[in-house]
Parts: sequence; structure tokens; C-alpha cells
Amino acid sequence: MSFYNAKAENVSSPSVILDDMILTKDMPTTAGSRMLDSYMSLFDAEAVSKLRAAGYAIAGKAAVGEFAFDLIGESAYGGALVRDGKLVSAACEILLSGEADAAVTLDVNGSVRRASAQSGLVSLKPTYGTVSRFGTVPVACSGECVSVVAETADKCAEIFSVIVGHDAKDGTSLSASQCQAALARASAPKKVCVIEDFLQEVDADVKDKIDAACAAFEKAGATVEKISVPTLLAARAAWNILFSAELCNNVSRYDGVKYGYRAESFSGIDELYTNSRTEAFGKLLKTAIIYGSETLSTENYMKVYDKALRTRRVIAEKFAELFAEYDAVLLPAVSKMAYTEEMVAEKHDLCYVENLYTAPASVTGLPSVVCGGVALIGPALSDGKLLSYAKIVTGEEN
Amino acid sequence: MRYETVIGLEVHVELATKSKIFCSCSAHSYGAEPNTHVCPACSGMPGMLPVVNKRVVDYGMKAGLMLNCDINRITTFDKKSYYYPDLPAAYQTTQWFAPVAVNGLVEIETSKGKKGVRIKQIHMEEDAGKLVHDIREDTTHVDFNRTSVPLIEIVSQPDLSSAEEVEAYLERLKNLLRFARVAECEMAHGTMRCDVNLSVRPEGSDKLGVRTEMKNMNSVEAIKRAIEYETARHIDALENHTEILVQETRRWDDIKGKSYAMRSKETAGDYRYFPDPNVMPVQIDDEWFESIKSSLPEFPEVKQKKYEEALGLSSYDAEQITRSIALCECFEAAYAVTGNAKDAANWMISEVMSILNARQMTYDQLTLDGRALGELIKLVSDGTVGRANGKKILAAMFDDTAISPKIYAETNGMIVSNDTGLIEKTVKAAIAEAPKAVEDYKNGKEKALMAIYGKCMKELRGNCDPQVLKTILIDMINQM
Ligand SMILES: [Zn+2]
Repeated sequence: MSFYNAKAENVSSPSVILDDMILTKDMPTTAGSRMLDSYMSLFDAEAVSKLRAAGYAIAGKAAVGEFAFDLIGESAYGGALVRDGKLVSAACEILLSGEADAAVTLDVNGSVRRASAQSGLVSLKPTYGTVSRFGTVPVACSGECVSVVAETADKCAEIFSVIVGHDAKDGTSLSASQCQAALARASAPKKVCVIEDFLQEVDADVKDKIDAACAAFEKAGATVEKISVPTLLAARAAWNILFSAELCNNVSRYDGVKYGYRAESFSGIDELYTNSRTEAFGKLLKTAIIYGSETLSTENYMKVYDKALRTRRVIAEKFAELFAEYDAVLLPAVSKMAYTEEMVAEKHDLCYVENLYTAPASVTGLPSVVCGGVALIGPALSDGKLLSYAKIVTGEEN
Repeated sequence: MRYETVIGLEVHVELATKSKIFCSCSAHSYGAEPNTHVCPACSGMPGMLPVVNKRVVDYGMKAGLMLNCDINRITTFDKKSYYYPDLPAAYQTTQWFAPVAVNGLVEIETSKGKKGVRIKQIHMEEDAGKLVHDIREDTTHVDFNRTSVPLIEIVSQPDLSSAEEVEAYLERLKNLLRFARVAECEMAHGTMRCDVNLSVRPEGSDKLGVRTEMKNMNSVEAIKRAIEYETARHIDALENHTEILVQETRRWDDIKGKSYAMRSKETAGDYRYFPDPNVMPVQIDDEWFESIKSSLPEFPEVKQKKYEEALGLSSYDAEQITRSIALCECFEAAYAVTGNAKDAANWMISEVMSILNARQMTYDQLTLDGRALGELIKLVSDGTVGRANGKKILAAMFDDTAISPKIYAETNGMIVSNDTGLIEKTVKAAIAEAPKAVEDYKNGKEKALMAIYGKCMKELRGNCDPQVLKTILIDMINQM
């Protein structure tokens, strides 16, 4: 069991650990899949180029679940990582051990946010389009973001300020001025709301975290209101449809023809495809491919996929209404403070359920900061402000 | 019973942009070594994101406007998924929901007269690569040079009813798209490819019959043969119940002269179209739209009419020149300099086009500067340069487009001088060398004079007015 898929020698400080979805030309990028075992990219991701140029050492590549969309990393080709009976995330464990100062990861379906909530770390899933996705293994392109995890909100802000920026190589990249605006910090929020609908199925210790965050905001002079917005619960269904469809399409390129794993025995092209993919892909990925393939079929497109696209717009409008009144929305990031192997053994696609809390930010592209075990969501480009609010929750000194 | 054939075409045309549709690789790899025009993006490696080549949208709009289409001011790209080894990402980026151009009309002319063919839509998309089968090793290799080369697919309504109309339609598309310089449209080069949808119904019926599709036809002759074969097969099936027609994709075997149903496995499938989240919708604002619209040439028949009516060219000459936009532009520039349209047209047809033919160049490959051609024509018509030397200068101008005809004539001793002393001296020497010819001429053999005339002209390097030389020659012989 190793937290590293690749580890650099003699790493100087400051150092950043990348998750294995971020392409590097000097280390393999496996995406946690047997399919890309020892795959070497011809180029660095834009975020990596920026980190290197700013003097950060790359400490290595942290293990990830297969294509990084699972619960917390349990679907990795190398096996699930377990500490004290809990499933853990490699990037967060490396940070907790002090072997790197920050982690830069691809947040596909919230696993990074869940892991940082459970490890007591701070993470930022930035506003979609503020950090270039050039050089990340594509899974759910319409929502996934290059994200930052660190022990403190200020460290997240520091790393974010390095990797943020317009990139002509990414057609969804926001303008330089928009990217710059995302860095603006703030003092305390005036008004925060907690969406009660998301508290129905969470454990008591998660509720405690929410209460603690509310108390911290109130102490800092903010008004905290508990409100019900049941529409937002539909974010999960919409996101599950969209991300599975995009995933299915994006992983189709791994067919055993050009690079990556190829089955040893096959006769003809159809068997080459089938055997290579059958042998190289894990159970959860195959499940997601089947979900995605179904949602995009001609029969289902309008009643499933198109409906999910429309739901995405409705959720975004709902958030816009909320942000007319509140500076931030407070949600749990997880339903429980620890996951076990038994839970996943019982339901291997638990990530499709537990992403109830992360899907709202994934599906809308809004920034989300996890701090003190809870999640904050703010309006587009409020990334820096959310990190400032996070310091109130964590009690981080200025 | 009498039957009519109903045909709709899907024509793929490779756009003549310098680079591919979503990366900066060169789009021109005809005849290049395999996999020399590829990058991580167009070979489907993870991590590269598509960046739309604006030129492709320009060309898509131009094609749409040339075919009288409406342009969608917001046009989007979608993914079409299928597995084939020549498709590296296992999806093709195309336009499914909002193609660049819709609702067009193309006018064609056949022996039955003029007819409009409606265009359903034109969409932009990326090409796939090529599979190369190695018989010796019994393996198949993949060449990605052609992946992501920009294409447009022109989808017609089922408005065509014969092989003749199909030929006229394809010729018209080629003519219009070449005129706008958006595509080469050369079936032999694969820059124009065609799928034929065909059905047959009783004449006068408004119900469509069972439709079959023949894919990737690559010569007009093959298309014509395939249409005739399919029509006969459909009628035979309807009349004599030889087989039950089913909607299917068929492969045309041009050598055997037959079509064959493709295995259903090759054609069945759901392409799972969905909007490409990595390509933002392309918004065509008024400024962009107008700049494209104003860059388009007049239609060839408009130019032809203008040449005939305003410039007084014969319809033959006007038709010849309007075969290519490059010829038109060269002609118009030359005419602007000389002010004599007929003279400029003569030079275009008898000199410029014959040099292009001799050099096996297409008319579109003409790079000659029309203004320089105009100057050359003036030099010849005002007698400064002899016609034969004029042709030599023209050939030099083909080799080096920077050449000024006047300077070239001067530096190469091609300026006509009517120095009678020099001409008389030359004639005298030539006569002295050819007593036999002189005698023949005196005995009534007019032709004998030409040998001496030619020798003199050569000696004078063509720099002499032919009429002056002839007069001096005849006078001197008569005085003998
Ligand atoms: Zn390329």
C-alpha cells in the first residue's frame, strides 16, 4: 500500500503533491487505472508549468481512485488505502504527514472535498474556468476543476494564486480579469445560510461541524439563517447524469489501439477493444460507463440528458437568487466523518449517493471551500472571499 | 408503371485551411509520410483541449453563403461517439444541434433545364485518419495525418432525380466552393466525397420509397454507375418482387458494377450525440458576419454575364475565364491596366491557360499578378515588345511572380527597335546566304520567303516590327 504512484527524489521546499490525474512529462500519470499504468505524457499540465515556474517542487503523484470520480480513492488499481479502519485519500495523507505543503488535484466528483472534510484540511474547488484544465485527464469536462488542498486557507489561497489565470489552450478558460477577480479576499460575511434539506441524512458528528461553523460565523458578526431549498437536492441527479455521460465518452479513447493497456489475447479489432477494456477497467468505472452510455442513447437523450442540462440551469438560477441575499451557502461536505471498506463492499457505487453534498458546486461551476469539515459555496469568482470566510470556521490566525 | 428516382446527397468537402480544426498541425498532408502531421490533440491523447480554428468557421460561413444558406449566428459543436481505430479519441467532433448553415438553395442546369436543389444544412466537423493494411505482415497500421482536418458536410434535400442531375449538382458545388476559395473539391484527392441516398417511387407519387444509402463514393463516374444500378435494382424489386427492399447502407463495388448490403454490424449503432462541453458555442456577431459576406466573390454566372454584356467578350471567352476565380481575378486586373477586355481575354485563354495546361497546374493554382500581365499586354500591343518575346516574358513571369515585364524586356534585349539600317544589313546577309530560296521565291514560291524572314527575325532576336521586316525583305529581293 503506497500513497505515491510516483515519488520525486530530494524534494526541496515549498513542494506540491499532484494527484495522478494531472499530467507530468517527467513522471507517469496513471489516472489510478490499469489502463494507463506507466503512461507518460508528452507535456506538463498548465497548472504544473505554472507551479514549476513559480519555484514549487513537485513532490510526486498521489494515488487516486480510477479516473478520480469515486468516493475517496477506493477504486484505485493499486487498491483502497486504509488507515485505522477508515478509507483515506493519498493526497490528504501525504499532506498530513508533512511530506508536501499543498496538493493540486482534479476534483471530478467531490472525492477531494470529501477527503479534506474528513481529514480536517482546507480545500478549494475554484470557480469553473479560473484554472486551466489543459493537461488534466478528462473525465467530466463540464464540471471538473483543478483544485487545491492544504492545511490552511491561506496556503490554499497562495497556491490558487499561482495556478489561476486565463489559458488560450483551454476553450472554457475565463478572461484574465475574471481570473484576477477570483483572488479578491474579504473580511467576514454579513449573511450566511444553511440549507436544511442537506442535513436530513447526515450523522450527528457532521451536524456538530455545521453547528460549530454557524457559531463561528455568528461570533464574527454574521447573520446565519437556516432555510429550505429542496430544488438544490436535484443537483445530484443532474450531475450524475452529466458526469457519467461525459465520462463514458472521455474514456472511450482508451481502446488498446494507440497507448495504454492492450489485452494479450484477441482476434480482430472488436475483441481487441473488448478484451483490453474488460481487463483494464475496474467495476466502478464499468458501471459509470454503462450509466453514461444509457443516458446518451437516442432513446434517452431528451428525457434524461437534456433534462439534466435544463436542471443544471435551474440549480444555477436558484443559487443566483440565494446570492442576491447571502454571501455564502453552508452545506455538509459528507454524510459521515469516515467511510469504511464494508460500506463500499456493500454498495460499490456509493459515490453516486454521497455526492449529494458536492454535486451542487460541481454541476454549477460555483466555487466551494471545505473547511472545518463543512462546505461553503459562494457566487462565481468569490474563491478568495470563501477562503477568507474559511479562516473564521477554522479559527486560522491572520 | 413508370418510376422516378429520388436522390439526396451528403457531400463531404475538405476545407482548404492551413491548419487542422482544433490544433495547429498542418491540414495538408496529401502524400506525406504517415503520422508526420500529428500532435497529442489530434491523436487523442488525454489532457489536450480543443481550440476552434476561427478560419474553419470563416470557411464554413463562406460555404453557407455561396450555397444561399441562412447562417446560424450561434453555432455549436457536438460529440459523435463510435469506435474505429482511425478515430483516436473514439468520438468525432461535429455539429449536430446547431450547424453553421441551414436552408440553402443551389441552382443546377441539365439537358432538362434549370432546377433548384434545396440544401438542408452544412455542418463543420473533423475528419478521421486512415487505415493502411499491410498484406505481407497481415497487420493494419493507422495514419493520423488526416485526423482533425476540417470538413464540411453538405446535406441536400431529396431533390435530385437522375445521375445527370447529380453530376450537375456536384459540378456546381465544386465550382461555387472553389470560387469562394474554401475548398479544392477534388474527388481523386479525397477532398470531396459523397454518400448517395436513393429511393424509387411510382411517378407522380408523393410518398417516398424505401431508401438505401451508398457511402464514400469517390468519383463522379462511379456515382453515376451506382445510381443507375441502384435505380434498376429498386425497380426490379418493386416490379418483379425479386427481393424485399430494406433501409440499409450499401457498399458500391465499382469494379463489379454492383452494390452490396453492408453487414448490419458495420452500420448499426447509436452515435450518442451530445454537446461538446470543451468547445464554447461560437457566436457570430454582425461585424464578423459582414466581413465574411463582403469577402465573397460574385457568382460565376454573374461575372460571365458582366463579361459578355459590359465588356463585350464572346460567351465562349467569358465562360472559359469564369471557370476559376483565379483566372477571373487575373483577367480583371489585366483589363484594369490595358482597358482592352478582348485583348486581355485573348491573352488569358491562348497564353495563360495554355501555360497552366502545359505545366499540369489547375486554374486555381494561378499566382500570376494580373496587373503585371496587363503591362505585358500593353508592351506587346503598342509594339514595344514582339509577340514571341511577349510569350517568353510571360513564361518567365510564371516562374518568378516578382518580374516586371518592362524591366525584364530591357535587361534581356527584347525591346523592338525599328533601326532600318540594322534591318537592311541583316536582310542583305540573309539573302546572300540563301540564293536558292531567293530563286524559288522569284519563281512564284511565296513560301520560300518565310525561311529568310524567320532567319532575319531570329538574327534580330525578335525585336523588329514584323511588317517593317517583311516590306524591307520583299523590296530588297525585288531590286535584285
Ligand atoms: Zn494536431
